Amino acid sequence: MPDTLVLDRPLPIAEARYNSTAWLGVLCLIATEGSLFAYLLFSYAYAVAQHGADFLPTLRPSFAYSLPGSVVLVSSSFVAMWGERGIRADRRGQALVGLGGAAAMGALFVVLELLEWRSESFTLSSRAYGSFFFTITGFHMAHVVVGVACLTAVTAWSALGYFGPRRHAHVANAVTYWHFVDVVWVFVFTAFYLAPYIA
Amino acid sequence: MTMTRGLGWEDARIPEQARLADGHPGARLDAIWEGEAGVRGWFSTVDHKVIGIRYIVTAFVFLVLGGLEALVMRVQLAGPDRHLLTPEAYNQLFTMHGLTMIFLYASPVLTGFSNYLWPLLLGSRDMAFPRLNAFSYWVYIASGLFLYSGFVVGHGPNDGWFNYVPFAQRAYSPGVNIDIYALGLILLGISTTAGAANFVVTFLRTRAPGMSINRVPIMVWGTLTASVANLLAVPSVSLAFFLLWLDRQFGTHFYDGSGGQPLLWQHLFWLFGHPWVYAIVLPAMGMVSDALPVFCRRPLVGYTAVALGTVGTMALGFGVWVHHMFATGIPNLGLALFSGASLVITIPSAVAVFAWTATLWTGRPVVTTAFLFFASMIILFVIGGVSGVMTASAAVDWQLTDTYFVVAHIHYVLIGINVFPVVGAIYYWFPKMTGRLLDERLGQWNFWVMFVGFNAGFLPMHTLGLLGMPRRIYAYPAGMGWDTQNLIVSLGSGMFAVGVLLLLVNVVVSLRRGRVAGADPWGAPTLEWSTPSPPPVYNFAVIPIVASRHPLWEDALDESDGRSRLTDGLLLDHGRETIGTSPLDGEPDLILELPGDSLAPVTLSGGMALLGIGATYRLWWLAAIGAGTIVVALADWYWPRRSHIGADMAIAHA
Ligand code: HEM
Repeated sequence: MPDTLVLDRPLPIAEARYNSTAWLGVLCLIATEGSLFAYLLFSYAYAVAQHGADFLPTLRPSFAYSLPGSVVLVSSSFVAMWGERGIRADRRGQALVGLGGAAAMGALFVVLELLEWRSESFTLSSRAYGSFFFTITGFHMAHVVVGVACLTAVTAWSALGYFGPRRHAHVANAVTYWHFVDVVWVFVFTAFYLAPYIA
Repeated sequence: MTMTRGLGWEDARIPEQARLADGHPGARLDAIWEGEAGVRGWFSTVDHKVIGIRYIVTAFVFLVLGGLEALVMRVQLAGPDRHLLTPEAYNQLFTMHGLTMIFLYASPVLTGFSNYLWPLLLGSRDMAFPRLNAFSYWVYIASGLFLYSGFVVGHGPNDGWFNYVPFAQRAYSPGVNIDIYALGLILLGISTTAGAANFVVTFLRTRAPGMSINRVPIMVWGTLTASVANLLAVPSVSLAFFLLWLDRQFGTHFYDGSGGQPLLWQHLFWLFGHPWVYAIVLPAMGMVSDALPVFCRRPLVGYTAVALGTVGTMALGFGVWVHHMFATGIPNLGLALFSGASLVITIPSAVAVFAWTATLWTGRPVVTTAFLFFASMIILFVIGGVSGVMTASAAVDWQLTDTYFVVAHIHYVLIGINVFPVVGAIYYWFPKMTGRLLDERLGQWNFWVMFVGFNAGFLPMHTLGLLGMPRRIYAYPAGMGWDTQNLIVSLGSGMFAVGVLLLLVNVVVSLRRGRVAGADPWGAPTLEWSTPSPPPVYNFAVIPIVASRHPLWEDALDESDGRSRLTDGLLLDHGRETIGTSPLDGEPDLILELPGDSLAPVTLSGGMALLGIGATYRLWWLAAIGAGTIVVALADWYWPRRSHIGADMAIAHA
């Protein structure tokens, strides 16, 4: 269809927006990491199904740390979004507060999660439930740490003035990944904290 | 040349068009794309053609290693009661053979071809992520070396390539053998995943203007499908191995009976295994679909059906996978890999077989070596398919499980649908890669020795299996009635190996003395043949504008859609650039800046290898160095490029 192709209009030069290749790459990463978590949760569900109720510890999971942690993590997604909007609207202050704030909230989540880990009555190797619990929440925590590192990096780069309304693919990538990390937590939280109450 | 300028910084422009004068590309492109020289250049190159050839060569090294392992096994089994090898040595040999062939040869060799060919087929200057491409190669080779490191010192993996628990647990296998397999495959999984993401995005964004999705070569469909499957399936096996490693090293209970579940291993492994089989055959089938018609001097019959069949195969593959997830307690889940996969693959693959046969039938075949390899693949495919359907019937399956019948089937599928097309592809694309043709006379010998040797070596395995010879035995007593056939099998295997050797000889000889090929020695239809052989670093001096599925055959076919523009197109010479197009129609919608050569990919892979070695031998300081290297390499990789900073600063300060 060369006759219908428009070849003589100005074209943006990449890395400016969501349709950059890098952002599609992040979506691929999310697809594969999402599968990873699906397999993790499948394995856990499979073990529960095979062994029945005595697979779970007698003590129901506690919300003392996990609930505040969840609230912090999920709301950090919105903070990050707001920060990204700052970049696009060329409001650097908003960008720094939003992106940096989301990173700090992510770090707070990690601290809460570690406190939670300390309060557990089982360990990684004491029983199968513990193996699943620590491995799956650990996998997730590793992703939070990576996400915090990315958010910190884009915050620093924003402070250095590397991004602006037309060049912010890095920010879009980091924030998209961050949303993914948060969504995964909703599933992990449901599987380990809510499901035992429902069942 | 029109430009929208900020304060001297570009953020959008109309891509310039140019016409090639006498095929001489601009010297400017040469300067922009030229890589660094010397050792540094060797490690930092991101040229997809270099990477593709490295992939192919490395995969062939592994094919030869795996082949030698097989030959040693066949020497042992050539007659009854031979004890050249101890049982442990035999275990390591068949395990290394299986994992080498499946993981280090069959998939990477196809990745190599796709890497080399994709941008050339699609009319682009490189893959969407050139550095990621280099990275996936370096991790692949690191994992290969890592997997072989244990074998070399006598601690190779020894539990079969699918590594069942409980035997793979520490209690039964205390050495590092299995740990090496576990961490090595996680490394390899990273390489495969990175490559897959690269193919998906390259497909979506870097096709030449006008190359709508109904105009891409079938090979591209094959690799794309395999890549999507890999993205979704590889995490399963990586996870399976990671959990196993935790069980072995940190006393977790994922696979043991006390709350864990040995069958979990099989689920995770085969969840991955099904799509993986497609991943190592679909791109190869795609190569046949594209290249066979060239030698029949007509377009492929049923392009749309074959393309849909390719994608449909994967969709069905996922169906089988789900079926496995619900059918818990299948005792012979393992066997299901090749039989089940083949049963399902039969339906859409039958489409491909019919399309190839019809193309042959209605074409005017030119019998070259490449043609012979592609055409014979159809026969082997049918034999492998039939034995697959046989084992897919439950009753027969119980009879044949773990016999040589399965060994025969595996090899007909893998050698028939992977090795034969790959060798054909070497004959077909070697001239593009090197500028010289492989020798045809030696080629004919090459083909017939391989074909006869293969069938002599593997056809009798079917009857051996029916006679009850189990697989994975390191010796057998006389008087079972297996002796003669085993001897034939061993001799045939040797002959097949000689055939592969002839290929290598042909490559070495023709590299220096082969006939000079010119741009298009076969009179082929697709874009790669419009570039010089070998192509310049930037592939296309101007990005072509595509008007049909067969840009180089339009006059011969008298296409009504208009003509592609091959010698005048988009120049894009402000840096390493290519055109970004819309995913469905191939409408240009942005100018893609591609990164230059970089040491970050090789550094990152090195860091990962150190992390793996450290974890295997519990040298945590080494692992920490590895992790540190990874962080540094990633920071370097993603650091916003200086050239990009200006645009917004200019706007901000305007
Ligand atoms: C010279 C060519 C080859 C010969 C002579 C050969 C021979 C063998 C033999 C003797 C076995 C072991 C059977 C047993 O004891 O159970 C085997 C297993 C196997 N081969 Fe090959 N093979 C060849 C090429 C290939 C190729 C090209 C592939 C794949 C692309 C392949 C894939 C496998 C697999 C997956 C196994 C199963 C390993 C296991 O049981 O864990 N082979 N082969």
